[in-house]
Amino acid sequence: MRLAAFDEMLPEISGLRKPYSAYDRWLKEQDPARLTEKMQDAERVFRKTGITFAVYGEQEASERLIPFDIVPRIISGNEWRRLTQGIEQRVQALNAFLDDIYHRQEILRAGRVPKELIARNEAFLPEMIGVRPPAGVYTHIIGVDIVRISENEFYVLEDNARTPSGVSYMLENRETMMQLFPELFQQIKVRPVENYPQLLRQSLAAVRPQSTKGAPTIAVLTPGSFNSAYFEHAFLADQMGVQLVEGQDLRVVDGHVAMRTTEGYKQIDVLYRRVDDSFLDPLTFRPDSALGVPGIMDVYRAGNITIANAPGTGIADDKAIYSYMPEIVEFYTGRKAILGNIPTWRCSEPDSLKYVLEHIDELVVKEVHGSGGYGMLVGPAATKKECEDFSKKLAAKPSNYIAQPTLALSTCPILTDKGLAPRHVDLRPYVLVSDRIQIVPGGLTRVALKEGSLVVNSSQGGGTKDTWVLDD
Amino acid sequence: MLLGRTANGLYWMNRYIERAENMARLVDAGLRMALTRTQNASEEWNSVLLSAGSDAAFTQKYSDYTAANVADFLLRDTSNPSSTMASIETARNNARMVRTALTRETWESINEAWMSLKRMLAEPIDERDLPSVLDAIKRETALIRGSFYGTMLRNEIFDFSQLGTYVERADNTARILDVKYYVLLPSISWVGSTLDNYQWESILRSVSAHRSYRWVYEADYKPSNIADYLILNVRMPRSLTFCYRFLTEHLRFLGDDYGERHACHATAGKTQAMLTAGSIKDIFDAGLHEFLANFICDNTRLGDEIAQDYRFY
Repeated sequence: MRLAAFDEMLPEISGLRKPYSAYDRWLKEQDPARLTEKMQDAERVFRKTGITFAVYGEQEASERLIPFDIVPRIISGNEWRRLTQGIEQRVQALNAFLDDIYHRQEILRAGRVPKELIARNEAFLPEMIGVRPPAGVYTHIIGVDIVRISENEFYVLEDNARTPSGVSYMLENRETMMQLFPELFQQIKVRPVENYPQLLRQSLAAVRPQSTKGAPTIAVLTPGSFNSAYFEHAFLADQMGVQLVEGQDLRVVDGHVAMRTTEGYKQIDVLYRRVDDSFLDPLTFRPDSALGVPGIMDVYRAGNITIANAPGTGIADDKAIYSYMPEIVEFYTGRKAILGNIPTWRCSEPDSLKYVLEHIDELVVKEVHGSGGYGMLVGPAATKKECEDFSKKLAAKPSNYIAQPTLALSTCPILTDKGLAPRHVDLRPYVLVSDRIQIVPGGLTRVALKEGSLVVNSSQGGGTKDTWVLDD
Repeated sequence: MLLGRTANGLYWMNRYIERAENMARLVDAGLRMALTRTQNASEEWNSVLLSAGSDAAFTQKYSDYTAANVADFLLRDTSNPSSTMASIETARNNARMVRTALTRETWESINEAWMSLKRMLAEPIDERDLPSVLDAIKRETALIRGSFYGTMLRNEIFDFSQLGTYVERADNTARILDVKYYVLLPSISWVGSTLDNYQWESILRSVSAHRSYRWVYEADYKPSNIADYLILNVRMPRSLTFCYRFLTEHLRFLGDDYGERHACHATAGKTQAMLTAGSIKDIFDAGLHEFLANFICDNTRLGDEIAQDYRFY
């Protein structure tokens, strides 16, 4: 099935869209052979600098490149302003929701979100009940996945409020584009993204524990160099000028988390962790975890370290909670959500389940706790047998699934052997929360490289594009 | 401020880069011997393996000391943890781990060396290609060294890297000498015999010093001069004294930076003092083999003490 999609550069009827006009002019002057060459240059740059990611379960290609496309995804200043208002509102609501859910639970008392959804949810951490993080911020770094389906319709697909990844690609994609096409950036005013690491550092410093004396010591906690996102962890630590630590470097010393240095143990005040909740503290969560720090939760509860993002933030971006986001936004901000949700059927509800089972070949069905495009069914792209098999899984454990209509995600052209060709895209802007909310103008555009495919995840054959927000 | 784990990674990254190159040098010297003296080639390959510390592992896998087998084992075989390929791979894994401590140029040179050697050593090496493969290995490690020296800040990161380089190099040179120590002994050697000349040249070639030797000493090879050159000459970049000059210097920098001295400072200082005060005659009188065996043992202990004193683990 082919969906008629809105192309951001060349809508079939209206012709070239304005944000792309300057780029289009430039593109028409280029020799196609030179562009192909530039495409290969880009791949060499990435391979040389070691920007790779590991795909679990693929032994041969243990280090793979995420394909990069040289046609930028362009967003006008106006479109961006609208998006940022919606994102800010959403992020405020997410933090307010987290604070509420781990304290008075007003929203449950008001009956706007069902109690059982929280109580029986693995992403809800009872250990966080009554804990207020330094500066009151729960989710400090958020990557909101946004899709577009027409000129004026943007939807939030997912709120990544735990440990969103991909920001290093946003930065390296821009760096690569500036190396490949310096003249483009002279002709077109694109808002810069390269100060993201400084903003991140300032933002983390601003949420340090109250007891911190002087400048806080910040560190990035990685599961290690075999993790799929290790490149990004190293990249961010490097760009921020902070230490990149592993669990084995850390221990609790005198009520603080400290890292083992060549001169002995040194206290850490703010930990930007890229390790999942369950691995964070073997004394509190998974006892077999060697990736975390025994006792860090005690230090955290005593207010002696900032953990970003806070443990337990997963309850806010859980796919079962997602469907309640319009209610959540309205409950905490007092206003209707500026950015809409994609209509979602909760399979835990009998009527919805019935509908989903009847229309499975039209819908996208996702596991509530899944991520990375694993464990999902894209109905229109699946075979009859795949739909039947998935229906059985769904019927066996309905509460494990949600379903959404198959949206015609907007497309943006990529450069192929045969010239430009439209491919579906999404957008992940990065949001930093401290005493203020900052959104870097840009983000990661993921693109499904296969013709007609709607799955943009890098683990499933997606690529990336540089994302331009115009300074107009 | 530096993590102990990072210091450890830097130290081993550099040990393995040094080792990768050393393997190529040893094969190079062995190849030269095999080409010039066809009679005892297998004996020469045996001593190459002994110098590499890989003889036992080799004989478990192969029965013949041939150029192809030895080159394969020392250059390509990743089941041999000291082979060039395994060493480059370990060096790169360490570099990946300590990436934030390296300049972009240094990281890229290591990553590119790994990529190009992986390609080059993917298939067994055709004997005709061996010289060019050896050249390529030396070139890749030279590029790493070049970008490292050219771009790295001279701070503790540099110091720990250099400690790794010189502990490994001192170990390599001492082992090469120890395997061949008997051909340097006055009682056995007869100055000027063709056999000895080849042996001596081979020793010098294993440390890339067969040309520079002649700039420093007279044109003829003399065992005591060769030993002096490799052990005591302070200008020769692979001599034991040279290595210890830099080991003590970098340890002193660390001691000054941190305001603290450890057991490793004492150990390095003792060896350095012994090397500076000694003459090659004293060393021969007391026994070359004993001297080298003690040296290797002390050098290993220094490595252990550095790891402990600076909290590598």
